[in-house]
Amino acid sequence: MPRPPIYGLLAEFGDANALVVATRQAHEKGYRLMDAYTPFPIEEVSEALGFRKTRLPLIVLLGGILGCATGFGMQYYSAVISYPLNVGGRPFNSWPAFIPITFEMTILGAALSAVLGMLALNGLPMPYHPMFNVPRFALATRDRFFLCIEARDPLFDREQTKSFLRSLMPREVTEVEH
Amino acid sequence: MNPEQPATLETKEIPPEGAPLIGPGYTFGSVTDKISSIVQTRSTPRGWWVGFGISFLLVMVLHYAIAYLLFEGVGIWGIDIPVAWGMAIVNFVWWIGIGHAGTLISAILLLLHQKWRTSINRFAEAMTLFAVACAGLFPLLHMGRPWFGYWLFPYPNTMDLWPQWRSPLVWDVFAVSTYFTVSLLFWYIGLIPDLATLRDRSPSRVGRIVYGIMAMGWRGSARHWHRYEVAYLLLAGLATPLVVSVHTVVSFDFAVAIVPGWHSMIFPPYFVAGALFAGFAMVLTLAIPIRAIYGLQDFITMRHLDNMAKILLATGLMVTYGYVMEGFMAWYSGNQFDIYVTLNRMIGAYAPWYWVLIACNCLAPQLVWFKSMRQNVWVLFVVAMLVNLGMWAERYVIVVTSLHRDYLISSWGMYYPTVWDWATFVGTIGLFLCLMFLFLRFLPMISIFEMRTLLPEAKVKEENS
Repeated sequence: MPRPPIYGLLAEFGDANALVVATRQAHEKGYRLMDAYTPFPIEEVSEALGFRKTRLPLIVLLGGILGCATGFGMQYYSAVISYPLNVGGRPFNSWPAFIPITFEMTILGAALSAVLGMLALNGLPMPYHPMFNVPRFALATRDRFFLCIEARDPLFDREQTKSFLRSLMPREVTEVEH
Repeated sequence: MNPEQPATLETKEIPPEGAPLIGPGYTFGSVTDKISSIVQTRSTPRGWWVGFGISFLLVMVLHYAIAYLLFEGVGIWGIDIPVAWGMAIVNFVWWIGIGHAGTLISAILLLLHQKWRTSINRFAEAMTLFAVACAGLFPLLHMGRPWFGYWLFPYPNTMDLWPQWRSPLVWDVFAVSTYFTVSLLFWYIGLIPDLATLRDRSPSRVGRIVYGIMAMGWRGSARHWHRYEVAYLLLAGLATPLVVSVHTVVSFDFAVAIVPGWHSMIFPPYFVAGALFAGFAMVLTLAIPIRAIYGLQDFITMRHLDNMAKILLATGLMVTYGYVMEGFMAWYSGNQFDIYVTLNRMIGAYAPWYWVLIACNCLAPQLVWFKSMRQNVWVLFVVAMLVNLGMWAERYVIVVTSLHRDYLISSWGMYYPTVWDWATFVGTIGLFLCLMFLFLRFLPMISIFEMRTLLPEAKVKEENS
């Protein structure tokens, strides 16, 4: 598929309600390759985009299990296999004494995977993105709410999509360069 | 609070329950401007230079004290047998305790839906990081040969040795380093959207590049926000048991030993309560001047101070309960050594420190039972300072009095801190303040995007659906 001439069309809204309504309408109309940009998290917007599930909790669970297994395994290996030391006939695998470190390693594994997993799924760090070509997009981190329909969407048509976005009563509609 | 008159330093009015968490008349834009303008100003206030200069001098004192310590050895400190722990461990426990409030505010209060945490969580988290950094210095320096500090970590080595997994001191290494890492992640993740705001607002090219790199290309995408919120909530859920575990492990350093006055079941909960108590005192100590100097009374309102004072009182009562129970259990056990240690704390050589801790930790917070006292920032500030002092005294009493009177009279002794003990301690206070000043100058001290969500306009009305 050839690269579309522009990245997409960007509509700017002044408040969160208007963005939620617009996103719902665009979704009903059949647009799927679109994204909304807001200065703070709005649950209704990601619902309106049809984005509900994320694999992140599973990644965090796996990270926690991995940390836990590493923590206990490391202590078990060193105390039982690599360097067994008989202190007063006590068991080599003195597991109650291994719990604090196992616990800390579980938390560490889960926390690292929460952060790195979130960044990886979001595709960050990403120094360049076409959206930054729109000067007014700087307001997305301040007080404006944006909806972008991407040109790769099968329903996308430069003129029709533009007039559709205009019908949603945005403050402005802009073309986003690559 | 009366909407026409925002709170000022002199305000004595009593806010009704459920007073707004943000002053009236703010919009998304003005909240953003108000917080980011503190960072994005060309002229640095003169007061900042004075404060930074003094704390930087203290950092130089710390450098000097550490350099001399590395050259000469731990003999320059007052530690000796029997009191081998001394001020290094007192300061370690004191700093790490202070470092607990940040995570409490950001994680536990988040899970409990306490929205008032929003304007204080950022600098409380920064405070946590800096306090843990100061805390980490002490055990390292106290080892005598800090350049072998990495021996505490398990790594393949030619000596074919491992750390002693059954020792609370090794648990401490894992607990404190995990705590520092998770606190750093939590703080940085919270900063990303605000760094993007600074990037987009920065008037200078350097600012755009530096904040741009730190913001990692954040653009506020709804999908990103969704995952971000999930990650933040999970981190909060993970940090909550972590914060409890860290001071529990610190208390094991004492409780697992058989020294009278340390070998006690109450230590873990009593240490955790003490840590939250000390941490909230430090948050109040910092919040009160910061809101006055930077004019943030609309964001850190009297309601915030009121709530923090209540937590201070509640944790103070828990700590008091701990002291009472220590005395009671010593008597009830009938163990002559426990009874002796308890009496020795009250009337022995270090009795003044004991009574300082009782006065500062048990009596001073009782003032904030009264609403009029909670509304008076001066009273709150003095109480918070007294608690800072009292919690230091508490650790001094725990560490020194237990060690200086052991089971055998032949192993009794006294501990006298030297000028180098004090120089190191004062130096870390300088380091803490120095980092705090840099943070206030270069990063938004209040979470901008979370403050936006507190505005009424942030609510999506359901009739539109």
